[in-house]
Amino acid sequence: MAEFQQFTVNFGPQHPAAHGVLRLVLEMDGEVIQKADPHIGLLHRATEKLAETKPYNQSIGYMDRLDYVSMMCNEHGYVLAIEKLLGVKPPLRAQYIRVMFDEMTRMLNHLLWLGCHALDIGAMTVFLYCFREREDLMDCYEAVSGTRLHATYYRPGGVYRDLPDSMPRYAESKHRSAAEVRRLNEDREGSMLDFIEAFTARFPARVDEYETLLTDNRIWKQRTVNIGVVTPERAMALGFTGPMLRGSGIAWDLRKKQPYEVYPDLDFDIPVGVNGDCYDRYLVRMEELRQSNRIVQQCVEWLRKNPGPVMIDDHKLVPPTREQMKGDMESLIHHFKLFTEGYTVPAGEAYAAVEHPKGEFGVYIVADGANKPYRVKVRAPGFPHLAALDEMVRGHMLADVVAVIGTQDIVFGEIDR
Amino acid sequence: MSSRLQALAENLRAHFGERMRVLPLAAGELTVEVAKAELVAVAMSLRDEPPFRFETLIDLCGVDYLTYGRSEWETSEATSEGFSRAANQPGAATPAMPAADPRRFAVVCHLLSVTNNQRLRLRCHAGDSLILPSLMPVWPAADWYEREAFDLFGLLFEGHPDLRRLLTDYGFIGHPFRKDFPVSGNVEVRYDAESGRVIYQPVSIEPRVLVPKIIRDDNRYDTRLKDRPDRG
Repeated sequence: MAEFQQFTVNFGPQHPAAHGVLRLVLEMDGEVIQKADPHIGLLHRATEKLAETKPYNQSIGYMDRLDYVSMMCNEHGYVLAIEKLLGVKPPLRAQYIRVMFDEMTRMLNHLLWLGCHALDIGAMTVFLYCFREREDLMDCYEAVSGTRLHATYYRPGGVYRDLPDSMPRYAESKHRSAAEVRRLNEDREGSMLDFIEAFTARFPARVDEYETLLTDNRIWKQRTVNIGVVTPERAMALGFTGPMLRGSGIAWDLRKKQPYEVYPDLDFDIPVGVNGDCYDRYLVRMEELRQSNRIVQQCVEWLRKNPGPVMIDDHKLVPPTREQMKGDMESLIHHFKLFTEGYTVPAGEAYAAVEHPKGEFGVYIVADGANKPYRVKVRAPGFPHLAALDEMVRGHMLADVVAVIGTQDIVFGEIDR
Repeated sequence: MSSRLQALAENLRAHFGERMRVLPLAAGELTVEVAKAELVAVAMSLRDEPPFRFETLIDLCGVDYLTYGRSEWETSEATSEGFSRAANQPGAATPAMPAADPRRFAVVCHLLSVTNNQRLRLRCHAGDSLILPSLMPVWPAADWYEREAFDLFGLLFEGHPDLRRLLTDYGFIGHPFRKDFPVSGNVEVRYDAESGRVIYQPVSIEPRVLVPKIIRDDNRYDTRLKDRPDRG
């Protein structure tokens, strides 16, 4: 066998550990990786080009479909860029709602990441546990927007509607007994904020549960410690952001450094790693789960006390209510104009970035004064991370590629766009 | 924030002088334009000089200015000119740009300084040849961004070690994000039962326009109207 030391392995695109449609061409020396060449673009839908052919608001739904595990954060980046060009600021309540949903989205994303990452490198149980909590968060998505995944909830000028007073409930069926339905509906009797509060109360204990399974687990440590080490200087040069950068020990978080919405008023900490390996990035993300929980708790408290509008009152940008539209000629005109031609945005360019669960998600819009963008560029956080895959896996074993893909939190919706 | 950006703009003017054009602040962001001959040298100083320290290349993308200010919806049945609005149209339509205009393509980089917590947008026009110097020696992150700009816009980066297509199909022809490339593309793939394999054929999608109306020149943003004394 010794004469077949050098060979090439094709990994993916239909491999369960490739997190979607990643095709990797690996040049191997025995079981050691010499070079990794990711082939991407299998999910390329030209989102940016499509956005150039539509009025501004019609592309919000496309943003959900970029990183399809952290939907509302993508919308946030796009909406912020439009708001920057228009020079509008949403009402305070809308900002709190956005921040609350951003953090719930961060939990959604990190839970999926944790489950899949653990599954990839050999821990089945965590996956099932994580999906239990994701279910509750997706119910919140459903309650507020009507869909579990692709919410299209944020709009320039605020959010689509206020938080609902009730949560969707389970109904009895031949698959669910009355006792089970009673248990499932326990937290769903009150408003949505009650449900979220109950969730945040039980969530830290759940994170502890995941940690007992992994943090001191010998196999988990063998698979992640000292795998895919990135130095802080190299991480900055390679364009890393988010947990990938913080895992290398750089305390950089847009929510603190270039705050947007109401983040300056909230109390939370930024975890950083020390060694820049997969294990540190795991620890960083676990702490982010807890910090997000803290932020959500603060938002719930504020939102309870402060009712108010969730949209600006400018019917050149925001449609009037159904009632107004039926009773008032001017509102009818506004409604018609908005839904047929949208609104124009002053000529110029803007780049707005949010701290997305995966890193810096930025949207660069060039506007030429029309009611559609001239050029949209989405800066996906996963793109530079995956570009650095080659550097991160060189010299590692084949099985470590899976650990590195997992730690990068790759989602192809945003990388291929 | 804007006072810090003003200071950065002053710094850039003082440091680079003629080599860089600093555009006025817009939407709280600072944009500079650099000639492509100077691009790498300027990028190096932006990365290394203490007042700038832009050690991260956040984004690099191509922009095609071919139809800037005059693009209409693509349509075959409805009117493509847009409806004239009752209000006057301030400013004649921007004159058409020839497809070979040296100012047609540009590369836009977004830089971030983690040390100084500041951002900068750097624009460089590609000129006639569409060849730009690669920024990979300055920021290794430019690798895939340049491959993407090559793939989608056909911009060439001199000195890039591996300038291959990135996002489009193997064997794809054309550069899809150029403004003269149709949204529906030129070819489609389907499984052909007769030959028993996937084949490429000319695209069969009918061009379809959902909102056949483009508006611009909104009077709310017209500075001539805005500054009129009789307007509240």
